[in-house]
Amino acid sequence: MLSAQETVKKKLRVATTSLSGCFGCHMSLLDMDEKLLDLIELVEFDRSPITDIKHCGVCDIGIIEGSVCNSENVHVLHEFRNSCRTLIALGACAVNGGLPALRNGLDVREILREAYFEQTGVVSNTIPNDVEVPLLLDKVRPINEVVRVDYFVPGCPPSGDAIFKFLTDLASGRTPRLDYPQMRFD
Amino acid sequence: MSLENTFIIDGVPISFEPDQTVLQAALKADVFIPHLCFYPGLKPNGNCKLCTVIVNGRHTSACTTLARPGIEVENNTPELNDKRRLMLQMLFVEGNHFCPGCEKSGNCQLQALAYELEMMTPHFNHFFQTRKVDASHPEAFLDMNRCITCGLCAQASSEIDKKNIFALSGRGMASRVVINTPSGKLGDSNFALSDKAASVCPVGAILPKRSGFTVPIGQRIYDNLPISSQTEFLTVRKA
Amino acid sequence: MSLVNSSAGGVLEPVLERYSRNPVHLMQILRETQERLDFIPKWAVNYLAEALALPRTQVQAVIDFYAFFYDSPRGKYRILFSDNVTDRMQGNAALLSRMLSRFGLVQGQISGDGLVSIDTTSCTGMCDQGPALLINNYPVTQLSSQRIDQICDLIESQTPLVEWPTEFFRVEDNIHRKDVLLSTEMINGQALKRAVELGPQGMLAEMKASNFRGRGGAGFTTAVKWEACKNAPGETRYVICNADEGEPGTFKDRVLLASFSERVFEGITIAGYTIGASKGLVYLRAEYRYMLEKLQAVLEARRKANLLGKDILGQKGFDFDIEIHMGAGAYVCGEETALIESLEGKPGRPRIRPPFPVTYGYLGQPSIVNNVETLAKVTLIAQNGGAWYQGLGTKLSTGTKLLSISGDCDRPGIYEYSFGVRINKILEDCGARNAMAIQVGGASGTCLAQHEFGRKIAFEDVSTSGSFMVLGSNRDMFEVARNFVHFFKHESCGFCTPCRVGTALMCNILDKIADGRGTSYEMKELSRVHQLLRTASHCGLGQSAGRPVYDTLQKFRPSYDRRLKQKDFEPAFDLDATLAPAREIMERDDPDAHLGADL
Repeated sequence: MLSAQETVKKKLRVATTSLSGCFGCHMSLLDMDEKLLDLIELVEFDRSPITDIKHCGVCDIGIIEGSVCNSENVHVLHEFRNSCRTLIALGACAVNGGLPALRNGLDVREILREAYFEQTGVVSNTIPNDVEVPLLLDKVRPINEVVRVDYFVPGCPPSGDAIFKFLTDLASGRTPRLDYPQMRFD
Repeated sequence: MSLENTFIIDGVPISFEPDQTVLQAALKADVFIPHLCFYPGLKPNGNCKLCTVIVNGRHTSACTTLARPGIEVENNTPELNDKRRLMLQMLFVEGNHFCPGCEKSGNCQLQALAYELEMMTPHFNHFFQTRKVDASHPEAFLDMNRCITCGLCAQASSEIDKKNIFALSGRGMASRVVINTPSGKLGDSNFALSDKAASVCPVGAILPKRSGFTVPIGQRIYDNLPISSQTEFLTVRKA
Repeated sequence: MSLVNSSAGGVLEPVLERYSRNPVHLMQILRETQERLDFIPKWAVNYLAEALALPRTQVQAVIDFYAFFYDSPRGKYRILFSDNVTDRMQGNAALLSRMLSRFGLVQGQISGDGLVSIDTTSCTGMCDQGPALLINNYPVTQLSSQRIDQICDLIESQTPLVEWPTEFFRVEDNIHRKDVLLSTEMINGQALKRAVELGPQGMLAEMKASNFRGRGGAGFTTAVKWEACKNAPGETRYVICNADEGEPGTFKDRVLLASFSERVFEGITIAGYTIGASKGLVYLRAEYRYMLEKLQAVLEARRKANLLGKDILGQKGFDFDIEIHMGAGAYVCGEETALIESLEGKPGRPRIRPPFPVTYGYLGQPSIVNNVETLAKVTLIAQNGGAWYQGLGTKLSTGTKLLSISGDCDRPGIYEYSFGVRINKILEDCGARNAMAIQVGGASGTCLAQHEFGRKIAFEDVSTSGSFMVLGSNRDMFEVARNFVHFFKHESCGFCTPCRVGTALMCNILDKIADGRGTSYEMKELSRVHQLLRTASHCGLGQSAGRPVYDTLQKFRPSYDRRLKQKDFEPAFDLDATLAPAREIMERDDPDAHLGADL
């Protein structure tokens, strides 16, 4: 009976996205090499760059890479929070703003002026203002300052091993923990 | 081990020498107590509060409490470690600590303690304060974004180097390190990389120019061994 | 600055000379410098550092640390509204905005012509006659719209302060209840004579017999402190009078110094005689600067009467004198070791204890630090004996206590009671008919709710340094706590991590709740931060900084709950407001340029 239960056990449905990040954390997810095959036994992917599904369905786990930099990031993050039972901040940007937050000492207006008016080679002298263009937040924020976040995996990026350990812990009902060498902020 | 010169830390007897603090005696006995603002050879000043322990039922800083015979010290307990993690989180949101871009990463005591205490997130809302970088000195730079105002540079500069180049100024969250030159710039001081003040910073606020990231990832001080297993390293460093 | 270095000496040399170029007097030198120049320019910092052989960073650190030192020009008329919760209750906010709009300024700003700057400051100790403000460090009390308009007129016409109506600066004693201290006639020198008759050991024995406990709040037995200091090895000893009365809501020391200063000085002298000190220092808070000249005149008269100076009262070798040291705006200096640091010309950061001041105090010498009220009462013990004093009050709390009563009552002011008096009795006496809560002991004290009004003022029950703020049933206890936590953040010295960051975090959390964006998440955070502050902070300031929140959460929880959202989480910041700068530069205001409340 036990084994029968195990075989019908549903795979965890996982969605992933990158807000303002470099996709390095997603590369790290792929970088777990042959362990991906073990992982795929436990999870299936919903919205993710891997599947190219555009909107997040009801999921067990949402994984967010990147910080919250603009209005579109806010919308995507809310879609994930509303659809996923468990939300994970993956990597330095999602956890503490990361390198994008280095702009936080500067005024957004100055940044845009510098980029569109003063850079050498810029010819248009206008700041794009199409309604399709998302607006920048005055400061880049880690995701837990915008929505409630359940777990955090630091690292830039977290190693494939760290991600695997975290997800397999979650899948098996253990409170996720990283072993010492997996715990990295860089 | 005679009873006259021992005390108990988490149930284990530890011997101490006269005038040793709880922290010094513990480290010497290979018992780790988290700390940031203590550096061997410099007068303990007790501001970071990471070494908060409970001595005979009272919270106190291990770095400023003299070891006394028979005292009972609580150190490695979930309650104290939770408080220490909280204080680390406070330091992380107070400054601008972006480890991936910091030359000190892997050798940073703040980061190592965060690993040790499994600080997965800074948790609190970031202050994102605007802080200064001083690149005026030919050999070293100051990045105040990373400063935790522990005051070790000021102490080393006055107590060891006898130069008084650094000092703490301001109050509350406006506390900061200032430089003892009319311009306030390090470049106008007689600071040298050979000064003790150049090497006591527990974070990456004072660093040499043109020599970042020299040790490959995997070989840095805290890459493989947690800081709690490196009490010897922490005690042999000398100001 | 237009002043060139050649004239720098002209301004600074007389000040330096008066203080014998002794760097220990840095605070006083800076204060006098600022009184001459309106602020402390960079050239003066450099000049003073060189003249005093100090690192210029130490001069800078002292200027940076104290709220009333300025390194850049402020207004010629420098207005600071007292912002204690009692000032708020008396309507200081409306008066502040009235003045701001008259000059077209925002808080903290200096007018374009450099005429006026307007800001707020911590409690100025005028709670019984507020709202109050300080203008160039002089208090103006009993503010009203009319008085504000008059002040604005006087500033606009650039009338010098000395020509302003004197009633603006009148500070009343408002003594409503007298017991042994306030009602006993004082004959200068009588208590001191008696102490000399008793001899140092005899006087100490009387102090012991009185079982007198310090009135600064901690309640340490005074004789024990004195004896420890007397017996500690040292080259010399100091008596330090703590007149840094900064606890919000307390003003009894102000009244003692204004009208009973002879008693205070005589108490200091007796203490000095008893422990074998030759110098007494009064640390007077900057807000009481207006009393300085008067107090110095009293000291001078006492010198003339041979109650200070050499061979006092003809006793060969009884040499003792008193100096007044002005503070410069730092609540933490009420902590005795921070006060000593400040006396030594440094930022007021509390020292590591032990060693305690009784063995290692001012300039490393054995020192006692006693409250103004403590030292005034020493004269009574000298005059009437310890056994007599011991008979007053309760067994564990002998004698009387001065209370500074303010807030929602008919007769705010000073009340002297024997220890053991019940809160109910006090409320009746001061005409507080509608009290919902009493904040006893100031921001760092205890918040009592109605069911506790039967408790007693005594070290063994409700202990207090003297502040007693009555909060009527129409008051919002959440806002009371928020005011206090902002006070602690402003006054945190920044030395230790938990207090430096924790007080700022607590303010942000309370502001978020005040903004209507708080949730149960913030409530949990408040209690976590408080627990850390309470146990891990370096000194009493940090340890009690979360106390107002803790107390009001226990006793006035609905004042928090009614502000909370029925959600488990709200963003750290206002999402839509965070897009405002981008909207501005991109010239967009379409629906997509906003983050709606639907999120």
